[in-house]
Amino acid sequence: MQRAANSDRPAAPDRAAVPPALSPATSARPPSVPAPTSVPAPSSVPSVRLADLETLWFQVGGTLCNLACTHCFVSCSPTNHTHELMTLAEVVPFLDEGAALGVKEYYFTGGEPFLNPEMEAILALVTRSYGPATVLTNGLLLDPERCRRLRAIAEEGDYALDIRVSLDGPDAESNDAVRGPGAFARATAGIANLAAVGLNPVVTATEVDDGNGTPEGKERFFALLRALGIAKPRLKLLPLFRIGAEAERAGAYESWQRLAAGDEGDLGFDHLQCNSGRMVTGQGVWVCPILVNEPAARMGPRLADALGPAALSHPACWTCHAYGVSCRT
Amino acid sequence: MSDRLALERARLGAHRGLATWGERTVPLAEFRVAAAAAGRALADAEREVARRALLERPRDPTPVEGPFARIAVFGGIYSNRQALAACLADAAARGVEAVYCLGDLGAFGPHPEACWPLLLEAGVRSIQGNYEQSLAGGRDDCNCGYTDPRDNHFARLSYQYTARNCSPAFKAWMGALPARRRVRVALDAENPGNELLLVHGSPRRVNEFLFASTSPVALLSMLCAEERCDGFLCTHSGLPWVRTLPDGKRVANVGVLGRPANDGDRRVRYAIVTAGPTGVDVEIVKLAYDHDDLAREMRAELLPEEFVETIESGWWTTCLEVLPSRERGLSRF
Repeated sequence: MQRAANSDRPAAPDRAAVPPALSPATSARPPSVPAPTSVPAPSSVPSVRLADLETLWFQVGGTLCNLACTHCFVSCSPTNHTHELMTLAEVVPFLDEGAALGVKEYYFTGGEPFLNPEMEAILALVTRSYGPATVLTNGLLLDPERCRRLRAIAEEGDYALDIRVSLDGPDAESNDAVRGPGAFARATAGIANLAAVGLNPVVTATEVDDGNGTPEGKERFFALLRALGIAKPRLKLLPLFRIGAEAERAGAYESWQRLAAGDEGDLGFDHLQCNSGRMVTGQGVWVCPILVNEPAARMGPRLADALGPAALSHPACWTCHAYGVSCRT
Repeated sequence: MSDRLALERARLGAHRGLATWGERTVPLAEFRVAAAAAGRALADAEREVARRALLERPRDPTPVEGPFARIAVFGGIYSNRQALAACLADAAARGVEAVYCLGDLGAFGPHPEACWPLLLEAGVRSIQGNYEQSLAGGRDDCNCGYTDPRDNHFARLSYQYTARNCSPAFKAWMGALPARRRVRVALDAENPGNELLLVHGSPRRVNEFLFASTSPVALLSMLCAEERCDGFLCTHSGLPWVRTLPDGKRVANVGVLGRPANDGDRRVRYAIVTAGPTGVDVEIVKLAYDHDDLAREMRAELLPEEFVETIESGWWTTCLEVLPSRERGLSRF
């Protein structure tokens, strides 16, 4: 995997004075949860500057989902209102602020974004007036009518519309063990509906099954997608973050799985997505899409409040660095 | 009801009135209060300072060349000597005053060093692409910026062949090329004309892909403002486009000389940039060349048949996963 730095530019020195978000010195934890004793001292926690705001994420589906996957790092479910759905009116000021800062691509996630009654209006607006949009869905609500409307949005906009559908196994048994009974049948029907109108989704699979990432595992996904009518299958694999529901399923991070100054080695930390992106929820701007269930990862109410460096103090930061993770397609 | 379904129902309803804070659940209000207290809310003036600090760049000391009334600009030769020769002849016939190359001299084609004398004889003004940076720096990979394993597999084959077939002197010459150039395109010396920035991938990154469907006008405007230029020209992605910004500035991807533009047309692309009374005109030229001769040489060098197929068909067969959905949808493979 390529892990190029997100910019050739040197850091702007005048932004280094802003205190990093999520630094142990400022992080708030629920009173019921003692701070892990293994948190490195603040002075040894590395941080990452924001080189450019290239990628702007929206938690437009909140933490509400029509599934409750056992590996969900934000523990989304039909009853999880930690973050609420975002309205079009809430999204627009961040689109305007982001455009002025040179955002290159917009991502929409949740929860399940298509639970949001304004999701299609948001995608139409973004691809017409702002830039390329990608929506991350579980595929359950991709009925033929919606797919026809999405096709129209994809054709009429100035910019590309991409749809990412999550699957965790190439068959019902492996997929539904994680995503819930019936999820495979409905998601694959949704993918077939997309294919029928000429939309080619990116299927995102996690490495919840060790075999998914092997050449044979990928070929099983490709074969499935071809059978669903996708001539040019696209697949993105993501490692798991051991937070949220996944921490209950597979266990939380070990105490050594944290970044400290010096861990960057020759690679540096500029390949991390917090070097080039931010996440907007109904409660403000967060450092990245992974940490929206950590209040300490909230950087402020507006994008301008969130342009400072991010401290790599959360164990999930270790996963991003060790595995070269980017939530981008 | 089976145990599994009962468990599923319990999980679906587990968060009623609760927020998920890391691995714990807490009352919703507790999360909301903690989140609202985190981070910083800057005053309006501070926000403006923060925005400017993100966007501000030091003034670029790159000297401005020209003025020229008409220039030719190409990128991505990819060792396609036949297309390079055809381009130089075509540009001369169109009366250009200078010829610019935006980098990536080597890649899919044969005998990379054969392009070098053509560039020198024609006085082509070149900048480095990621290929030149990697070859001159002795890196083991082209740093094209692909993320897909199949793309990277073919990129490695290309790069290893090119690295083996470039002399130390050629690599040293690549290492001495500038990373960017600036050129004034104007009707005459009295006319201010337009100052264009010439880069490989984008003004901010040598391997950034700027495709038509994924390059917002607002981003291009911001990059022009940061660089204090009247427009910029780039290559790297392989597919040409021209965009006029709301303030009249021109930004273009000039495409590549080395392989066709993935549209079933075997011709390759480059740009003719001409000064006009109110700005510059960017024409993307479709250039025919002796692709049969190139295909013969590629097969003689035992280069992957996938690369030859692209030359003979006009459709990309490799390095496709990087294409955005719209461009991929128009592609055969």
